[in-house]
Amino acid sequence: MMCEADDDALGDTGQDDDPAFSALLEDSVEDLYEHAPCGYLSTLMDGTIAKINATLLDWLGYRGEDLVGRRRFADLLSVGGRIYHETHIAPTLSMHGEIGGLALELRASDGTRLPVMVTSVVKTGPDGTAQLIRTTIFDARDRRAYEQELLRARQESDRERERVQKLATTLQRSLLPPVLPVVPGMEVAAYYHPASTDAVGGDFYDLFPLAGGTWGFFLGDVSGKGAPAAAVTSLARYTLRAAAVSHRDPVAVLHVLNTVLNHEYHGIDPRFCTVLYGVLTPDADGCSLAMAGGGHPPAALLGADGSARFLELPGGQLVGALPDAHFAAVEVRLEPGDTVLLYSDGLTEARTRGRVRHSEEELLDFLDTVGPTTAPAVVAAVAALLAGFGEGVDDDTALLALSIPVSAEP
Amino acid sequence: MDVRGRNNVVSTGRDDGPTLLLAHGFGCDQNLWRLVVPALAERFRVVLFDHVGAGRSDLSAWSEEKYATLDGYASDVLDVCRELDLRDVVLVGHSVSAMIAVLAANRDPSRIAKLVLLTPSPCYVDDGDYRGGFSRADIDELLDSLDSNYLGWSAVMAPVIMGNPDRPELGTELTESFCRTDPAIARVFAQTTFLSDNRADLPAVGVPTLVVQCAQDAIAPPEVGRYVHERIPGSELVTLAATGHCPQLSAPEETAAAITAFVGSR
Repeated sequence: MMCEADDDALGDTGQDDDPAFSALLEDSVEDLYEHAPCGYLSTLMDGTIAKINATLLDWLGYRGEDLVGRRRFADLLSVGGRIYHETHIAPTLSMHGEIGGLALELRASDGTRLPVMVTSVVKTGPDGTAQLIRTTIFDARDRRAYEQELLRARQESDRERERVQKLATTLQRSLLPPVLPVVPGMEVAAYYHPASTDAVGGDFYDLFPLAGGTWGFFLGDVSGKGAPAAAVTSLARYTLRAAAVSHRDPVAVLHVLNTVLNHEYHGIDPRFCTVLYGVLTPDADGCSLAMAGGGHPPAALLGADGSARFLELPGGQLVGALPDAHFAAVEVRLEPGDTVLLYSDGLTEARTRGRVRHSEEELLDFLDTVGPTTAPAVVAAVAALLAGFGEGVDDDTALLALSIPVSAEP
Repeated sequence: MDVRGRNNVVSTGRDDGPTLLLAHGFGCDQNLWRLVVPALAERFRVVLFDHVGAGRSDLSAWSEEKYATLDGYASDVLDVCRELDLRDVVLVGHSVSAMIAVLAANRDPSRIAKLVLLTPSPCYVDDGDYRGGFSRADIDELLDSLDSNYLGWSAVMAPVIMGNPDRPELGTELTESFCRTDPAIARVFAQTTFLSDNRADLPAVGVPTLVVQCAQDAIAPPEVGRYVHERIPGSELVTLAATGHCPQLSAPEETAAAITAFVGSR
């Protein structure tokens, strides 16, 4: 019944009575094959052309008898395409039975190139043996021009990316001392772990000689990343170095930096940083350390007895955020075997196992297992810890360590 | 270093037979040997592997420096021999791996007893009187065609390709991963393959060698196979009736028979 209804419905259109429409429906399969809007090609398994439609012959400027039984599909390709055909397309067809989306170039009889998109399938007989390769070929001139543009754009962006990475690396290096100086009677070590090769990070550190055999050092972290952060880092570095010359008191040095940042960045674009700044005064059997902090995670002291504790600086505020910021100070004596480790929050905020952040408590637990140690050893241990976090370290991380050798020899 | 994982080493066949080590060429992976392995496995211990960068090799082991020369690949082949403690190996190299096999045999003949060079070419680019079959411009065109064919390749595919560690054994269904390669790696391998010149290494081959070529091969034409045969002292030359560059696919029986006859001889 449904069929009748369908017939009636068709009849209602009146089209099946229209001889012109019927003629269209009876479009010969042969004509559809020969004059399809794409090229058809059938080859034997060795690639010898067995059948080719008029559309493709017309594109290529050949007659059927030029090609059928005489040439192989690969003969129609450019040389580069032929190599690709032999090393990739033919093996894939043989093993996989089909391959599609191939961008190739055909060579016409007059030598011109025709960019095409090619899809091939293997026709198998009733017993499963491969008989023929059937290939459809689409004119891809417009598409290829578009792809060339895409390819060019991608190559361009690859080059730009490399350039940006190189610039970032160079800038980063310029913000850190290339090597730490040799401090008599002490061992020193530093490490920088960039979170990204694309952007300059905001962490910085330095260690430098001051008058009277004393040494200044700092480690800090500027808010933000990239070029604006790098500008603040640069300003913070030379301000700290200059202030250290004229101010003995670490708190006073941080006040100078606070004032400079306040003057430079006010209004809608405030910039601030966290810093530990300290002065080392070596003597015959150790060293005294005076340190001030503003908003920075506390340094760790790994004692000669193997214990680890933080050198807390309670109440120290961010540097550059407020005109009258408060900074805290601490003084300790370092004996042979003692090690001080400064670090940035990339370490304590690293995500371990995907979610949980590595807290300061966990860091202290870890350092408990490391001490007693030396500056190079603790930096190596923490660097290995960071490497173990892998992708979990999403911020830059700087480490600076100072230790008094047990032998007391420099 | 985990050589088995790095090169996705697979062993099959008879433990008590002579050892065949099959090295695939540019463009695919060890699956290319699929049709000849059953015949060879009846008589031999057959060891297959993927070059680093191909198939299910460990992509993290790939570096442009190492694999910009065929020597890098040759040292991997010797690594596989040492790792599996293979001795008296018959090293079968297809296409570019034929020259990799020559380099490996010249470097450590103690491991490699015989060479089978399948559709070899010591130099693809014409040079003076030497006819490799291609011009430098042809090779540049190949590199361009690789670029356009990998335009749609996405890193998203990588886990799909590399993700299945318990790889189906030879003989089971192939996945979409067949012959898929990271485009950056494919480009370097193509350059290494088609721009290397190993003609000077041929006379140094000191192990019995069989050169197998196809009657019609667009990549390594018969005169190139003859050249290899003439330069390797005492080598044998077999020309298969097969067409194409991969007789292990187009004529697996003939190819397996040629290898078997050669290994059995002498």
